[in-house]
Amino acid sequence: MDLAIYRRRKLVNRIGLTLSMGAMALGLIVLLWILVVLFKNGFSAIDWAMFTESTPAPGSEGGGLANAIVGSLLMVVVTALVSTPIGIFAGVYLAEYGDQSKTASLTRFVTDIMLSAPSIVLGLFVYAVMVAQMKHFSGWAGTMALSLIAIPVVVRTTENMLRLVPGGLREAAFGLGAPRWKVATFVTLRAARAGVMTGLLLALARISGETAPLLFTALNNQFFSTNMNAPMANLPVVIFQFAMSPYDNWVRLAWGGALLITLTVLVLNIIARVFFRDQGSR
Amino acid sequence: MNTSPSAPASASSQVQAVARRQRLEDSLFHLITWLFSMLVLLALLGIIASLFITAWPALSKFGSEFIWRVEWDIVNEEFGAAIAIFGTVISAAIALLIAVPLSFGIALFLTENCPVTLRRPLGTAIELLAAVPSIIYGMFGLFIFAPLFAQYGQPALQSTLGQMPIIGHLFGGAMNGIGILAAGIVLAFMILPFIAAVMRDVFEIVPPVLRESAYGLGCTTWEVVRYIVLPYTQKGVIGGVMLGLGRALGETMAVTFVIGNSQRITGSLFSPGSSIASTLANEFGEAADLHMSALFALGLLLFAITFVVLALAKLLIARGEKAKGTKT
Amino acid sequence: MKLKSLLVAVGLGAAALTAFAADITGAGATFPYPMYAKWAEAYKKQSGNGLNYQSIGSSGGIKQIRAKTVTFGASDAPVKGEELDKDGMVQFPAIIGGTVPVVNLEGFKPGELRISGPVLAEVYMGTIAKWNDAKLAALNPGKSLPDAAITVVHRADGSGTTFNFTDYLSAVSKDWSDKVGKGAAVKWPAASSVGGKGNEGVAANVNRVKGSIGYVEYAYVKKNNMNFLQMQNADGKFVAPDDLTFAAAAAGADWFSVPGMGVSMVNAKGATSWPISTASFILMYKEPGDKAASQEAIKFFDWAFKNGKQMAAELDYVPLPDALTAQIRQKVWSQIKH
Repeated sequence: MDLAIYRRRKLVNRIGLTLSMGAMALGLIVLLWILVVLFKNGFSAIDWAMFTESTPAPGSEGGGLANAIVGSLLMVVVTALVSTPIGIFAGVYLAEYGDQSKTASLTRFVTDIMLSAPSIVLGLFVYAVMVAQMKHFSGWAGTMALSLIAIPVVVRTTENMLRLVPGGLREAAFGLGAPRWKVATFVTLRAARAGVMTGLLLALARISGETAPLLFTALNNQFFSTNMNAPMANLPVVIFQFAMSPYDNWVRLAWGGALLITLTVLVLNIIARVFFRDQGSR
Repeated sequence: MNTSPSAPASASSQVQAVARRQRLEDSLFHLITWLFSMLVLLALLGIIASLFITAWPALSKFGSEFIWRVEWDIVNEEFGAAIAIFGTVISAAIALLIAVPLSFGIALFLTENCPVTLRRPLGTAIELLAAVPSIIYGMFGLFIFAPLFAQYGQPALQSTLGQMPIIGHLFGGAMNGIGILAAGIVLAFMILPFIAAVMRDVFEIVPPVLRESAYGLGCTTWEVVRYIVLPYTQKGVIGGVMLGLGRALGETMAVTFVIGNSQRITGSLFSPGSSIASTLANEFGEAADLHMSALFALGLLLFAITFVVLALAKLLIARGEKAKGTKT
Repeated sequence: MKLKSLLVAVGLGAAALTAFAADITGAGATFPYPMYAKWAEAYKKQSGNGLNYQSIGSSGGIKQIRAKTVTFGASDAPVKGEELDKDGMVQFPAIIGGTVPVVNLEGFKPGELRISGPVLAEVYMGTIAKWNDAKLAALNPGKSLPDAAITVVHRADGSGTTFNFTDYLSAVSKDWSDKVGKGAAVKWPAASSVGGKGNEGVAANVNRVKGSIGYVEYAYVKKNNMNFLQMQNADGKFVAPDDLTFAAAAAGADWFSVPGMGVSMVNAKGATSWPISTASFILMYKEPGDKAASQEAIKFFDWAFKNGKQMAAELDYVPLPDALTAQIRQKVWSQIKH
């Protein structure tokens, strides 16, 4: 045994592990610092008023984020309603007919591109196509921008989950004489429904924090409104506006809103994981 | 779907009717799902088309030299993409340079060295950070990081790396805590959770038997990671890095707060600059005519850059899979 | 069957959501934003009608009103008379305020340091790069300015505040007027020039960066307790910004001398005039697409002119005098079709 080589390998190992520990420490320290700052500043803002009062005018005391929370919720729900059918059906197409069709491989490629597309560019597109044509900002335009971000996520996860379903299940159904569409929906999709739900939750988590696309589409609204046909208050843009302002209550609300979004996204992610793991292990 | 030859005649026609109806249903289903699939395709084509149409006036006026023109003069309507591209690419590159080693370190720690009790909470902390809206990173960058960077970080860099012959110029100039380097660092911490989470997930999937056989042969931890785990997880790792890069290139909020929003290129990383996304966010509200067209041209270019990065990633992955002998 | 009833419910719900009457929408300058938002809040309490104002910058306001996506646009940079005629719009001032230079220097109280117009121009040109420059020292005898680099902060977005500021610099410095000019967005000459989004962005940058100088609307200065500079006005006196000095500058304005009332008040005469005062303007169509919303907006401004003076004083803006608002009603609002 060559002790010199062994010692060198040991040294390399030591150095490598120490460096990685250092990297980990540095990374985690900064990130935990951000979390602590977020929680500390955000918690002080969370109270009953935040959920019941609307955004305050500059210089006014108090106020809350009710209109922004409701606006964001509305837009996210509508986005979910819009992107779920489109995403699932497209995903089914890719999974069931995907191996034989040129369209399918093209769609898959396109979905990949849109997954990485900068969200601000999607906002530009919706402005040009909807806002400029309709002559006003609206919650619908905001929803459309968010859908463009969510749909590729749903398509991708649906296709992946459908492909994971064991072929034997499909073949058994065919063997029983079921037509293709029944196999695709009642057998395969049903078997993969946990994974598909996960995809949907992940898509919603992704769009919850998006600011840039809403800047040019839904804009913002100082007051409480459920009118989707007009500018709609939403959490991300409100945070953007309040964060840098000189008013203390605004900055406080910005941190509160940021914490709210973070917790929502985290909860969605956790639900998605738990759900998937539970169902998948059956 | 085939009728059995030995079935009675009336049953056979019944079965045939059922079969015909099912064929119709199947065709319909195929059509419907195909339509939705086309919708997605058309959406992307629509995006590219509308971007192109609105960008056309600027593109036709400045031609292909728009890409490397160092000029952004709103008053005299002289536009060029070089300043924004420079800011975008350099800040993303800095972000990757910092984030990838750090993520690797975190993933390695979480999978190899971490005491089991700590694994869950630390893993959740990483996921929490991926959930933080990017605007928080911007706020953190401007309010907390920038002053500290100006007071301690930048002087330290300038007195050490700044004195070296060639790269010294990169660290010169005023030290006010915001600029391209600051934006790159803030971006690094923004994409760190994504890349770390992906790396940790793929590291965990490595079959224990592979690891254990390497340990059994006498490999050190470092060698196991470098020669067994990394090659096995190559595809996932590259995918994760590309995911991070994609987000870094397109990130708006975190960058706009700290990049300084200045329309010029200087040789120093300390100086303020602009990225494509920050220029769009700042100037879109008021742009009209040629300015608007130039902004859309920038958006188109950003799309193109992201596309190129994605294609490169796929190429790398395909090449890696081929070398390993896996059929892609 | 369940799916069907779900779809019906969603459809009805969507219809109900769109059946609400639209609030009036306005967009534009960040300069008067605190004022308009305050007025809007009070107006809603009184009348139940909401005014949704989004501060996206003066140039943004002009663009949105031209695109007809809002009921009115707001801009600190007045639109020229010919363009107003071409677009079929009218313009009137709604409020008066001041732009104030602010600094981040340790050891000095707000309003302790002084600057003059030409020196300010040189700082923004980059020719004066350090705080202990001779010209700055000459204006501040007895104060020890640090040997530190000046970081210049400007507006990254198209802004009426910038227009006002550069209008003033062009008036006091021929160098600035030749090389840079005035506009809502200009090519900032100083190498270290950093951009912030909105008045808030500039304020935030100045607060975070030591040795920086920026220009913000006075409400932001006061709220943030920022370190502002006294300025030397056209009469040679050093004045501090507040609603009295802004009003002094506005006193001499001849509002209808310029078509569209786009009178510039920078470098105004008067011993107590603040040199960078400005009015903020409202743009509306003579023949609006949505007549109801347009009338609602007029009602709002009418209410604000009558009842909003106390609120304006609290935020250190200068409300328009009654004589002026009477003329606005008579000459400008009469042009807007019902």
